[in-house]
Amino acid sequence: MSARGVGGRESPDMASHDGPGHNSSYEPVFAGKTREELDTLLGRYPTKMAAMLPALWIIQRERGWVSEDGMAEVAEVLELTPAYVKGVVTFYTMYHQHPVPKYFIQVCTTSPCGICGAEDVVKSFLQHTKAGELGVPSPDNKYAVIEVECLGACGFATPVMINEEFLESVTPDKVPTILARLP
Amino acid sequence: MGYPHTSHQRETAVLSQYFGDEEARTLDGWKKRGGYQALEKALGMSPADIVNVVKESGLRGRGGAGFPTGMKWSFMKPGDGKPHYLCCNADESEPGTFKDREIMRWTPHALVEGCAIGAYAIGAETAYIYIRGEFTEPLIWMERAVEEAYAAGILGANSMGTGKRVDVYVHKGAGAYICGEETALMNSLEGRRGNPRIKPPFPAVSGVFGQPTTINNVETLAAVCPILMKGAEWYKSMCLSNPKSTGTKLFSVCGNLRNPGTYEVVMGFPFKDFLYDLCGGPLDGRRFKAVIPGGASVPIQTMEEAEATLMDYEGFVAQGSMLGSGGVIVIDDAQSMVRVIARLARFFAHESCAQCTQCREGTAWTTKILERIRDGQGTMEDLDTLLSIADNMTGTTICVLSDSCATPVISGIKKFRPEFEALIHGKRVHSVMAAVA
Repeated sequence: MSARGVGGRESPDMASHDGPGHNSSYEPVFAGKTREELDTLLGRYPTKMAAMLPALWIIQRERGWVSEDGMAEVAEVLELTPAYVKGVVTFYTMYHQHPVPKYFIQVCTTSPCGICGAEDVVKSFLQHTKAGELGVPSPDNKYAVIEVECLGACGFATPVMINEEFLESVTPDKVPTILARLP
Repeated sequence: MGYPHTSHQRETAVLSQYFGDEEARTLDGWKKRGGYQALEKALGMSPADIVNVVKESGLRGRGGAGFPTGMKWSFMKPGDGKPHYLCCNADESEPGTFKDREIMRWTPHALVEGCAIGAYAIGAETAYIYIRGEFTEPLIWMERAVEEAYAAGILGANSMGTGKRVDVYVHKGAGAYICGEETALMNSLEGRRGNPRIKPPFPAVSGVFGQPTTINNVETLAAVCPILMKGAEWYKSMCLSNPKSTGTKLFSVCGNLRNPGTYEVVMGFPFKDFLYDLCGGPLDGRRFKAVIPGGASVPIQTMEEAEATLMDYEGFVAQGSMLGSGGVIVIDDAQSMVRVIARLARFFAHESCAQCTQCREGTAWTTKILERIRDGQGTMEDLDTLLSIADNMTGTTICVLSDSCATPVISGIKKFRPEFEALIHGKRVHSVMAAVA
């Protein structure tokens, strides 16, 4: 499930620029070591465009999400238009198009996990994070919980992703312990 | 099953032999277990000879379609002056399927080796392993294995000192089930939206970057190593039923059963023994009701059908379904079939790339109607509407996602119609779940 619209909050960063091109205060991601990382990636493919997904991953790693400015920067380094990059970003569910809380919790609820009680795991996360509702940040803005489509670990129902961490065999009673060990 | 349980005595562990064995993940550990001997052997053979061995072994694609691997490789014309590419499809996202994940997290070098052999066999110098973005742990192991293989001179410009170039790169997806469709995978790899392409041209003619390309599943490529080491005859001899289905197959099993996990059996193994003996049968006080044996895209089997099935490509077809990816979803009598199917439809609606009208509209309306029935708001007419939509969604689109959504609807209504009718007529007696709801 998409992270789109998480929080329903107005991001102050987003307000000033809806067109292509950089906001003057934007610090480029691809500089120094990160630029070298990108150059290594470019060497793996016969076209620059093929470095699209990896470049977007770098943006998200460095900034926590992929902003319009981030898309414009990827467009620039890969010699594409910002609109084209945005078209790609919006196709994939893992790129955050808005800032997300510190812990982005994705619970698999597709049928194989659904019949093993995944919905109760979702409820438990919503309750213990106090988020209350799917996709809405918790009052302390620390967590957001969403349902996600098949994570490909159906024999370990219910799999849960918290940012890049992949948890297996999560049951409702384990949720408080899982949350307690997050810094 | 190697992990998390010990292997069952009736399993035949070829690919899963080292699942759960931490040491097998490293290059040293893999070499100690005979790793990279197959690649060394392959690089000493002609590509045509490798293709012949694979052809002779009877190996068929393990991703779902079951296309003969050797034949697929033979479509790549040697000496055409074009760069060839191998893509390894590690975008495992078919609900119920998690076997490739086990290969990548326990024996990553088996896949690196398989990719290197495959690339050499089809005249490619570059192989891309496209892994779904959610597989954060397998990604770590695969990247580490590739790095180790480069450092040891196994990959690179002078692979194993033979002067042959073999590059293997790991490419991380970003969350899209459809990218497991081979032409969508190529578009995604090129830096595009993951929309499937119209075929022809087929990938072997014009694939990724417009060049001749072969796309193989993780399990298929991993199986090439033991085939080269032990020979086509050995592989072919592993067959309990139809001679067109040879070797071993990984089945990942999930849902309502005692021992979920990944099991490896010889093709043609009796499904009844598999479910009740290897997998330990149903949970206490429950009975199996239905099985989706090959990932969410294949027809649902009744237990009568499942228990009569011999587990190979032909055996599942003979009993009203397909082997597919080998992702077995077991459903017990506590579940409502309507709920299960409605949730699958929601999955397909979410994952539709929305290029084709039948799929974009069909998956959405199917979900809406099924959820209406699930919530007790359905009518008998809805069942006819669902079947009519499903008919329109079958065989009419660029790729088979649309057909995949229609399949559980058609087979579900056909085989479990009383459950739909009970909900429509306001009866809630057919299952524990519905009774609670």
